[in-house]
Amino acid sequence: MKQTTKWAAMTAASVITMASAKAADLEVIHWWTSGGEQAAVTVFADEFDARTPHNWVDTAIAGGSNARSTTLQRILGGDPPAAAQFNISRQYEELAEAGMLLDLTELAEQEGWRDFIRPDSILDVCEYDGKIYCLPVNIHSWQWAWASIPAFEKAGVALPTNLDDFIASAPALQEAGITPFAIGGEGWQISGAARVVLVSQLGKDGFEALYRDRDLDVAGGPEVRSAIELFKSLKQYTDDGSANRNWNDTTNLVITHQAGMQIMGDWARGEFALAGLEPGIDYACIAGPSEDPYLDTGGDVFLFPKQSDPDVEAAQLALASMMLSPEVQASFNNAKGSLPVRDDVDMSIADDCMKVGLDILEDRNRVLPSANMFFTEDGLGQLDDLWLEAWANPSLSTEDIQRRFVDIIAQAD
Amino acid sequence: MSQTLSAGSGRYRTRSPAKYPKPRRIRWSALMSVLGTAPMIITAIGVFVICIVYSGLLSFTDARMFPSFNFVGLDQYKRLWSTGRWIVSANNLWFFGLLSVGLSMMFGFLLAVFMDQKIRCESLLRSIFLYPFAMSLVITGLAWRWILDPSIGIQAAVRGWGFTDFTFAPLVNADTAIYGLVVGAIWNSIGVTMAIILAGLRGIDTEIWKAARIDGISAWKTYLFIVLPMMKGALFTAFVLQCVGVVRVFDIVIAMTQGGPGIATQMPAVFVIEHITNRINVALGMAAAMMMLLPVILLLALNGFIQWRMKRNRERLS
Amino acid sequence: MTLVVNNVVPGASGRVLEGPCGPRKSQLSIARLGIYGFLIMAALFFLMPFWVMIVTSLKTLPEIREGNLFNWPSDPTFEPWIKAWFSACTGRDCNGLQPGFWNSVKITAIATVVSITIAAINGYALSFWRYRYANLVFGILVFGAFVPYQVVIYPLIITMRELGIFSTLLSIVLVHSIFGMPILTLLYRNFFASLPMEMFKAARIDGAGFWQIFFRIMIPMAVPITIVAIILQLTGIWNDFLFGTVFAGRQNMPMTVQLNNIVQTTTGVREYNVHMAATILTAAVPLIVYFISGKWFVRGIAAGAVKG
Repeated sequence: MKQTTKWAAMTAASVITMASAKAADLEVIHWWTSGGEQAAVTVFADEFDARTPHNWVDTAIAGGSNARSTTLQRILGGDPPAAAQFNISRQYEELAEAGMLLDLTELAEQEGWRDFIRPDSILDVCEYDGKIYCLPVNIHSWQWAWASIPAFEKAGVALPTNLDDFIASAPALQEAGITPFAIGGEGWQISGAARVVLVSQLGKDGFEALYRDRDLDVAGGPEVRSAIELFKSLKQYTDDGSANRNWNDTTNLVITHQAGMQIMGDWARGEFALAGLEPGIDYACIAGPSEDPYLDTGGDVFLFPKQSDPDVEAAQLALASMMLSPEVQASFNNAKGSLPVRDDVDMSIADDCMKVGLDILEDRNRVLPSANMFFTEDGLGQLDDLWLEAWANPSLSTEDIQRRFVDIIAQAD
Repeated sequence: MSQTLSAGSGRYRTRSPAKYPKPRRIRWSALMSVLGTAPMIITAIGVFVICIVYSGLLSFTDARMFPSFNFVGLDQYKRLWSTGRWIVSANNLWFFGLLSVGLSMMFGFLLAVFMDQKIRCESLLRSIFLYPFAMSLVITGLAWRWILDPSIGIQAAVRGWGFTDFTFAPLVNADTAIYGLVVGAIWNSIGVTMAIILAGLRGIDTEIWKAARIDGISAWKTYLFIVLPMMKGALFTAFVLQCVGVVRVFDIVIAMTQGGPGIATQMPAVFVIEHITNRINVALGMAAAMMMLLPVILLLALNGFIQWRMKRNRERLS
Repeated sequence: MTLVVNNVVPGASGRVLEGPCGPRKSQLSIARLGIYGFLIMAALFFLMPFWVMIVTSLKTLPEIREGNLFNWPSDPTFEPWIKAWFSACTGRDCNGLQPGFWNSVKITAIATVVSITIAAINGYALSFWRYRYANLVFGILVFGAFVPYQVVIYPLIITMRELGIFSTLLSIVLVHSIFGMPILTLLYRNFFASLPMEMFKAARIDGAGFWQIFFRIMIPMAVPITIVAIILQLTGIWNDFLFGTVFAGRQNMPMTVQLNNIVQTTTGVREYNVHMAATILTAAVPLIVYFISGKWFVRGIAAGAVKG
């Protein structure tokens, strides 16, 4: 509660200072284009327009990599947007180093971000040289599977609790005319699913040894091997239409009970909620997917590229402050299906799936940092490409894939 | 003076400079000529020399997002050729290029020959064959993506007619997706190939046909063994135009497959753009760009060689 | 550098449009039936995508799901067209393709005029006022026609940043002028080089200078080639995608880029009918240019296919 009052005082103060500042148009680049994401970004935009004299100018670009490409191109070309969405990653290190980003340290200290943002690791990635250059707005975990309960009932098999279960019941789903495994052909969906399979086999110790310590014995070990095999065996249970399909179109297959299960991060929950489905009745959310679930803590951050206009700079700070305020955090994350970055937000509106996630996050031993924090985009990209190749090319043997996996881990920076 | 300002082409070099009225005006006009073509000079030197050299230099550095000149030798090239995705891209380019250029040339030639048979409605047919070229490759890609989409496209239509086992979904499968791209690409380009080859056919002396008839040579043999060798020029033009387009292939991939499924339809042009932006590895991207320049230079060298030989043959004949 | 394109510039390619002169026409025979059969099959192949897009854009979503791809809609609706033009969404922006259309009109109009003006002067200077090294510069420029854009795009972004014009209308116009220059200059140079030298000499004797000859004599004579150049640039610039995504910026986003954004964005259900209507709308301008210009277009593409 203390934080809330502090924040209220802050806003009051900033509203007074802002009354004298000119209204600015802030262009925000993001890739929130699905139904649930749209609802979430609307919270930001509406609150920003209502609470400040400034205007939110929306540039939505479908696909995370397209949106980030555009942002980077424009920063490179000297025409940066006022705010841009990124994932928690090391992708913006060089921008911070080159002094292209607005320094948020002062605002962070005023508002006490360090006190309420959890886990610490997600603010750490925003820190460069002791200064804070980005703002985490939510916590997302990839380690979720979404299953259609009616689909599994129709096939007469029990809901899976882990991936081996799922592989075992997939033929029954297929016989019942249901696509067992829903996935879209976009690169990030495939590599994302692969990472989930990998974490489900590695657990926390293995994960940290592999990504943080670059332990080549783990990379060449039996857990990675079984992950590769599991991942490859999922392919036969997909449908024809998977090429080019957006993640939300894919989720829609589970929503309409045409497909059994999809591996997708917790943002998929927003789509189910928007479709009016009830967790536990219409769909099941399986953390892990494993009896022994771990959740990574990735998420979205906003960068505020430096602008020459002081009015715009004031507006950027106002935007940052608004995004982190408790009420906005609650309604934004509820719409988005993600968890708030603040530990003092009232999440009584959370549904069952979200509560499962919150409970797991309580247990520090089950929380993994995002793999993005240990590798540059270049190294991660190489791993992703390998997963894509493994997915696309069934003739690639498990041994070959693992050998290349070890090579990439050994060489990546 | 006459050397710096040899107005017109070589044919007129005999003209004596004394014929010009005021020499001062010539100097003035010569200056105007340089000034008037300043955009060309800037573009040629600035973009097509300096920018290429600059990109080339960056490929030997470790630049990530912003230019930096910390040279690392051939590291980026070594890394490039050990990167699975690049190797797939390069192989795709060859496969896609050979297939789409080959098919486009073949069907373009066939269509041109058939169009040359005094057929009815020639101009209507020509309009039909050519109109895809007026549309951008983004539109071509989107149109074919929908047609090849198994849930709404040809597969769904044929299944709707009662053939429920019919399967036709090239874009879904990593092994066949590239054929889907080829279909889209040649749909766009066959018309142009046909137009160029038809122009070549129409440029051939009609007496040839009479002579061939008198000698009792059948029509198809005449085309294959007499006419085809005579229109090397038009064929080569069509060929080079196609090849240049292939090396650049980008728009159609983005619209049709976005490089997928997996990395099955990645292309070098996509690789470069991806690395100078999202992957933040400009140096590697520039190394890839330099590799893209290589086939172009080879092609131009081949062109130069052929022109040189043709010229030499002509000189020998005369 | 000798260039392959020489073979097909106007004049020579005009013959495409004259009567057929292949082997003598034979009576209706099996071979002839085969020829027509092949041509009709080919025509169907070329028409199919357009037919599919037209009929689909007129259908409702349930009819797309249940009906046949090739069938004429049972109850044609223009709703998708209206939505595509006025209210299709990318993100929170629901203004349809309309802004993209006007951006494309703006970019295409300005870039066409600028690039053709530059190229006409280049061609004229290269034909009549050749200074030392002019041919070398021209050779480099023509080489540029073959350079993959990806090779120079990064240095160009950096240059635009240094000039402070990145993602402005000026930068996209500049880029189109740069990449249109090789082929257009070639076009004009070949045209002017084919003009009789006597005319130029006579004007020189009358005391006319560089610009006088250009404006009073050359421009009026260059009308046909200019029509070809205009067609080339109108379709080429309108259809551009890569430069539009990189250099145009948000304010000037051309129609092709906006189309791709609309099609790749889905909020809930994929609206195939709207997407296809949007696609046809984006293709409409070059298609109209194509059908109006007829034989000129054939000349244009034959000369400009290099741009592809």
